[in-house]
Amino acid sequence: MDIGLGHYLTVAACLFTLGIFGIFLNRKNVIIILMSIELMLLAVNINLVAFSSFLGDLTGQVFALFVLTVAAAEAAIGLAIVVVYFRNRGTIAVEDINMMKG
Amino acid sequence: MALTALFFYLFAGVTVMSGLLVIVARNPVHAVLWLILAFFNAAGLFVLLGAEFLAMILVVVYVGAVAVLFLFVVMMLDVDFAELRAGFIKNASVGALVGLVLLVELIAVLGYRVIGGAVSGAVRAAPAPVPGSGITNTEAIGRLLYTKYVYFFQGAGLILLVAMIGAIVLTLRHKEGVRRQSISAQNARTPAMAIEVVTLAPGQSIIPGRERQG
Repeated sequence: MDIGLGHYLTVAACLFTLGIFGIFLNRKNVIIILMSIELMLLAVNINLVAFSSFLGDLTGQVFALFVLTVAAAEAAIGLAIVVVYFRNRGTIAVEDINMMKG
Repeated sequence: MALTALFFYLFAGVTVMSGLLVIVARNPVHAVLWLILAFFNAAGLFVLLGAEFLAMILVVVYVGAVAVLFLFVVMMLDVDFAELRAGFIKNASVGALVGLVLLVELIAVLGYRVIGGAVSGAVRAAPAPVPGSGITNTEAIGRLLYTKYVYFFQGAGLILLVAMIGAIVLTLRHKEGVRRQSISAQNARTPAMAIEVVTLAPGQSIIPGRERQG
């Protein structure tokens, strides 16, 4: 059986859905939410690389590289915010993060 | 070709299963470890797609840096994770509904539209090197990245710099009462400030009133 573009897109769709599902499932734990976002970005990367490979165009892989860069930066900043928040409040429950609401 | 299909189903299956275990794992440390497994298998998928450079970058950047960062933060913070899991089942129904709708939509899009096929070489923004031409995937990406996308490349570097400075500024704590090295004061010292020559008579002490008797 030949593996086509649709197979890879299906895998990416499943991973993306798992990421969304994870955000709803662990609505209190901000670390798991960040991990779910990483899963969704991975799904996007799989899509980009699959299209790049099957259309014979390298631009998709360059884009995936940039997505990877932004994901790394986002994880670093997000975890730094989590650490500072935990230091100040002693918890990381998401529903307690409402100090900045108007 | 059968081997490719076998490896595709292996990598895809393990990726999706470990992705599922990331979000349902009871222990966040286990969740991070499942995330690492998912990244490794996604790298395998990238290799199958012929994107070797991205596969290696995925392993180095995601597994080597991001996942380990997650692991450090999970282990460093003393959080009661059991308490955070309250309402897990209640949220699961809503999440399953949203996830199901999204999955059905995505599959519907895939089924409706057959993407791919023949794209003529003139349409391509950056044609991939044909296999066997002697140009590797890494070399082709490098040629593209340092010429056509050089400004985007510099912008990505800038984003990483801002992220690094931001993370340091956010987490840096200035403790009071810590004795630190003062380099400028050290460099400003001269022999005249540090040494004093005293001539002493025999039996006389430097400290006044401590003369040796006898």
